[in-house]
Amino acid sequence: MTFPTKSLLSAPLSRRGWLAAAAGLCLGLSTFAPARAADDTIKIGILHSLSGTMAISETTLKDAMLMLIDEQNKKGGVLGKKLEAVVVDPASNWPLFAEKARELITKDKVSVVFGCWTSVSRKSVLPVFKELDSILFYPVQYEGEESERNVFYTGAAPNQQAIPAVDYLMNESGVERWVLAGTDYVYPRTTNKILEAYLKSKGVPAGDIMVNYTPFGFSDWQTEVSKIKTFGSAGKKTAVVSTINGDANVPFYKELGNQGIKATDIPVVAFSVGEEELAGLDTKPLVGHLAAWNYFESINTPANKAFIKAWHAFTKNPKRTTNDPMEAHYIGFNMWVKAVEKAKSFDPDKVIAALPGIKQANLTGGVSEMLPNHHITKPVFIGEIQADGQFNVVSPDDPKKARLVPGDAWSDYLPGSKDLESDWVKLKCGNYNKVTKKCGGQAS
Amino acid sequence: MIPRLAVPLRVLSRALSLLAAIGLAAMIATATAARAGSFADAVALFAAGSFSDSADAVSQIETSGNPLALPIVNALHDGRLYADEASKTVVIKQPDGKVINAATGAPAAMPADAGVVRLNNKLRRRIAAALGSLTLLAADPETRIQAARAVYKSHDAAALPLVEAALRKETNAAAKNALGDARAAILLFKPDAAEADKLDAIATIGARGDQEALALLSSIPGNLSPAAAKSAQSAMQAIKSRLALWSMVQDAWYGLSLGSVLLLAAIGLAITFGVMGVINMAHGEMVMIGAYTTFVVQDIIRARYPAMFDYSLLIALPLAFLVAGLIGILIERSVIRFLYGRPLETLLATWGLSLILQQAVRTAFGPNNREVGNPSWMSGAFDLGHISITYNRLWILCFALATFAVLLAVLRFTRFGLEMRAVTQNRRMAAAMGIATSRVDALTFGLGSGIAGIAGVALSQIDNVSPNLGQSYIIDSFMVVVFGGVGNLWGTLVGAFSLGIANKFLEPFAGAVLGKIAILVLIILFIQKRPRGLFALKGRAVEA
Repeated sequence: MTFPTKSLLSAPLSRRGWLAAAAGLCLGLSTFAPARAADDTIKIGILHSLSGTMAISETTLKDAMLMLIDEQNKKGGVLGKKLEAVVVDPASNWPLFAEKARELITKDKVSVVFGCWTSVSRKSVLPVFKELDSILFYPVQYEGEESERNVFYTGAAPNQQAIPAVDYLMNESGVERWVLAGTDYVYPRTTNKILEAYLKSKGVPAGDIMVNYTPFGFSDWQTEVSKIKTFGSAGKKTAVVSTINGDANVPFYKELGNQGIKATDIPVVAFSVGEEELAGLDTKPLVGHLAAWNYFESINTPANKAFIKAWHAFTKNPKRTTNDPMEAHYIGFNMWVKAVEKAKSFDPDKVIAALPGIKQANLTGGVSEMLPNHHITKPVFIGEIQADGQFNVVSPDDPKKARLVPGDAWSDYLPGSKDLESDWVKLKCGNYNKVTKKCGGQAS
Repeated sequence: MIPRLAVPLRVLSRALSLLAAIGLAAMIATATAARAGSFADAVALFAAGSFSDSADAVSQIETSGNPLALPIVNALHDGRLYADEASKTVVIKQPDGKVINAATGAPAAMPADAGVVRLNNKLRRRIAAALGSLTLLAADPETRIQAARAVYKSHDAAALPLVEAALRKETNAAAKNALGDARAAILLFKPDAAEADKLDAIATIGARGDQEALALLSSIPGNLSPAAAKSAQSAMQAIKSRLALWSMVQDAWYGLSLGSVLLLAAIGLAITFGVMGVINMAHGEMVMIGAYTTFVVQDIIRARYPAMFDYSLLIALPLAFLVAGLIGILIERSVIRFLYGRPLETLLATWGLSLILQQAVRTAFGPNNREVGNPSWMSGAFDLGHISITYNRLWILCFALATFAVLLAVLRFTRFGLEMRAVTQNRRMAAAMGIATSRVDALTFGLGSGIAGIAGVALSQIDNVSPNLGQSYIIDSFMVVVFGGVGNLWGTLVGAFSLGIANKFLEPFAGAVLGKIAILVLIILFIQKRPRGLFALKGRAVEA
């Protein structure tokens, strides 16, 4: 099934447009059951970069959304209406994200938007969604410290990824010395701030923590890696917690392999390296390095198998990998469908009210729930890189019985932030301060 | 009464002693049975599925003395050990594809539901230690050295008798050395080792003088005698000061290596921008095209002639030169030749071209990184003194210098080089002498682009092959050419290496982000002082 072209459905039709519409109508009549008028479809905005630096990660999410919408239409759409995807390209340009979001909501009249990857792009579209009162589903793990009425966060908050990963290293591998390495921007800086506070609360002395930032797209890792090697030779078990983002990862791992740092000596646990990133890499020297996610392609459940099969069929590529943010979109999209069905309306206000409490089975055997703070419950997995570029789940022992962790918008380990609470159901507030009992608190 | 009682007592005592004897025999019997059974039980632990069970199994198998111990641990290490949870059978898949039962060694069939026994890092460390103690007496000296190193790392007290036995038998000097280190490491961590042994051990480890030795010495448990603690301290101090010296050498090497990357990236631009004066923002995309050519070549080789993989880069080099060079000529003929003498328009046009090329590659190959493998001769590292030098960086350094030399020779000794220099020095005069200047322009731009293409082949070995590859090098390339002096190849060489070394000496103190900023500030200050860069061209053509 193909998607109706945009020109066919944009409101004022030109003469040629009418002709095309008529032709389309005839085609529809001859092949399908009852033809629908153009405004009978519900539009869904997809706001992912298809060009520029972020295209590497975001293009896949666009394809995943198209597949999900396609599948929903095959099941008869939502509330008897077909869904239609409106794809725009914000080109990895943060201000353009806001512009394109406005265009989607006001011009294309979409009912909901799925999009954004970087935190800065999300921050740039927030005012638009607030002003025009629409819904954004954000599928990527992020630094937390945010909860907005119009945004639903289906990726992991720090307590669903970073902290469990550190716990795993501390308890399973007896790590005592920590390198917090990251790319120099908001997500690594906030995550590392939280992790530093967490480690110190666990009694790790400041001298055993090394925080280190590198620029975007950094490629000459020789000095950094040898610094890590030196830091790791102080006689205590050392690990690297990596929030290194995007393109810088490949040269980083190559240098680790070349300098002979094995996972058994200094393991690296990464929060931004998934199946997709490993696809551009010879993974044999990296076997045993870790990643923490809420989904791995290798987890063997019937739901996941079916999803991967559908993905391969949809992309016509039996080698395309699936990854964590894709699953987040899968959960988010299905939650939206259920909320619309519950509210019996596409009206954003009604859907926003209906979403908290909606449950959706995730692909790894659990059932995720949308919480009043607009985050979801997720299982946490620690996986080791294997020679075939996939991850082998090492924690929990049985991935299908993983405990679900509720997403916490405001970290409990940062001063200021630990007093804040988000509850859009009872308190109707995203940053309620439990101490001053006022809405509108700020995290420091 | 008494005699009557005595009889049964005697009977009783005899009966008791008989019972005891039977019991003892039975105990001995069960004990042997248990020992025979314990190996099978230990092997069956692999089928339990948890990592801690597997670790227990490795420990029990390691000390069992069973001839199957080594094949099992080896198979586990290589991912050839399969276990079936339901039937508790564990089998080894031999490298030749045959399957044997791990507990008995008898040929077996692969159970239908068997899965590879999973590993985690803890288990991998356990396996390395077990492999070490199992192969200490191997026939091959290299294996023995590896084994000794594994024991050195794990410094497990249980391996001490084995190490000492091996040490007595050892004839190979290197292996003996490694075994001595292993013994010293074990003694250091053995709480009840004699004082003199500990002091000896500290001296042995201290003499190694590398980072591993430092790590080992600083992790000694705190129950040392004052004398031993003091000698450990001084050994650590000695290692630290020696390593500090070596780290200077290491930084210098990193600097050279970064310089060679900068040189490679900039050398094509030194032609198009430096010699021709075209502000070529699409230069980075030529590098990217070279890298993608490498990817295509490797892809074809992987699919059709896997044995040739090690030569893939050599095949890619001329192809990358041709592809990038031809695209360069096309760009010159179609766009740039109309813009000579209009730097601003050239800048905008080539910037636009760079975006077009990026998006074209993104459409053709997809936005994801493409995997370009390292041939075997470019993987790994070797130790020189106390620094480790990675092969890929070493080759890239050699390659950059070779490219530079060839380019210099082309300019100096060929007819094309002569014409090129003539045209850049005085276009009108060159034209008057019968040189087809526009043809030379096109070829020169093609040469610069082609060299950028072969730089891409080298850079594909250390960086991502993605549509954004070129963007990350364009700023650095301009920086090098401007710093070195526009129009001067030697300036580019010196500029690249001095920037590389300065950057790498700043990085350990300032960090990667600040280091880069500091370099940019230094260049701005330098350009203020010497606007024409390190080696300014002098002459009428330039003044004009």
